[in-house]
Amino acid sequence: MLIDVHAHFYHDRTPRADWRERNASRLRAGERIGITIHVASMLGSWGRTSPVYFPSPADLSYANAALRALEREHPERIRGYVTVNPNDPAHARAEIARGLDAGMVGIKLAASRRANDPLLDPICALAAERGVPVLHHVWQHRRRDWPGQEASDAVELCALAARHPRVAFILAHLGGGGDWQHSLAALRDAANVYVDLSGSGVDGGMLEACLEAVGVDRLLWGTDLTMDTGWAKLRYLERLLAPAELERVKWKNAARIFPRGAFPAD
Amino acid sequence: MRLDVNAFLGAYPWRHVPGTSPDALVRAMNRAGIDVAWASYLPAVFWRRPMEGNAWLYAAVEREPRLRPVPAVHPGLPGWEASLAEAADHGAPAVRCDPTYYGLDPAGPEMRVLAAACGAAGVPLLMAVRLEDARQRHPADRAPELPAAAIRTLVRSDGDLRLIVTHGDRALIEEVHFGATPDEAARMWWDISWLWGPPEDHLATLVETVGAARLVFGTGQPLRLPEAAVAKLDLLDLAPEQRAAIEADNVRRGLA
Repeated sequence: MLIDVHAHFYHDRTPRADWRERNASRLRAGERIGITIHVASMLGSWGRTSPVYFPSPADLSYANAALRALEREHPERIRGYVTVNPNDPAHARAEIARGLDAGMVGIKLAASRRANDPLLDPICALAAERGVPVLHHVWQHRRRDWPGQEASDAVELCALAARHPRVAFILAHLGGGGDWQHSLAALRDAANVYVDLSGSGVDGGMLEACLEAVGVDRLLWGTDLTMDTGWAKLRYLERLLAPAELERVKWKNAARIFPRGAFPAD
Repeated sequence: MRLDVNAFLGAYPWRHVPGTSPDALVRAMNRAGIDVAWASYLPAVFWRRPMEGNAWLYAAVEREPRLRPVPAVHPGLPGWEASLAEAADHGAPAVRCDPTYYGLDPAGPEMRVLAAACGAAGVPLLMAVRLEDARQRHPADRAPELPAAAIRTLVRSDGDLRLIVTHGDRALIEEVHFGATPDEAARMWWDISWLWGPPEDHLATLVETVGAARLVFGTGQPLRLPEAAVAKLDLLDLAPEQRAAIEADNVRRGLA
């Protein structure tokens, strides 16, 4: 079993005219890699009618519904995160309730508000209440503001995690840009923050550093936009880890933090 | 047969990278099913006199027949012509130059002289667009990335120059390839190390548009896991001859 904790799909109201092809391509690549379940999110309209990282409530509702529709088409292969923008707390909470009631299995926060902002607390309280993890977009060591997003770094996510010890947080795409060594240093003692290995980065030494910093039990396999890099990391882990450890990274750690019954082997 | 045109030996100055010795590189090649690697000496990219690393490189690869040396040439320093001649004497398949790290204008007069010399000597010139993702570079690592305009200028500057460009993304490759005449385009090869495979269509599109004949297998190891370059080919439905072309045949036909 192999669970991709960081997947994305597109829908008809995104800028991608080839959205069907890209979705099909992801599923095909997943078959080749051996992915059992893609746990995915759709970031609003992906920039078409509101910014990718500042999605409007209307775009989020449409995208979350589109993801649920895709789940219904592929119930054996896709699970969904409810993506919300914490700047509209009422909409975010309602959207989370609607999504989780419909079978979605986690919450996705992009970069609409810093992770340590109090506006995230009611969302995390709901995550604790419903027993779902929070996947948080992170810029590994943000040294300045970047256009188009209010990116958080690991220190800020750890501050949020400390306020919500019952919630499992997933630090997004360690290989997704930025100084991952900074993130790993911040995460060492944050027991409820898990490392998502996804992202286009396939740096030599990154996986060894992950194991050294947080241990095998807090590593989650994922891909994000690039699946070849995810597959490369998986192939390297197959050489690096004992079989029982590899199983934890491939799916058992994920099965522990997502709701019971989210995946076939639960 | 799988040949990696984009491998390094030696330490990286900006972070600890494991597996930088010749033995470790060969072990990684075995892991990823790579038969031969063209290796550059990584520390020298950052040296004031990069050519001083060539002796170490020649000695290191002499002990390992699966490694071929790609020595550095800095055309702004006295003696660079001798380094180019020495590369040919050592059977180097290419020489490398990293002008933005050397503080040279990448399309300036020194580089154009080097392009002409490489063309005359029949030695391909290898250049990297980048070594790391811009988002994660060390705060003091400020050398600009190799611009597309410089690559176009160099390939236009000498009709015999053969260029191998590593770590280029789809946009850069398209900009240069379609900004070149057919003759110029036929003298450039692009490694696949920085191209996105499925579910995105970057590599698949380039195979169709630029052509598999222009692509070569490269990894950027050990800064990057070599498994990534293999995985992106494994995710594509390439014809066997296309895959063979990328993995080794293009080098044998056009760059050997």
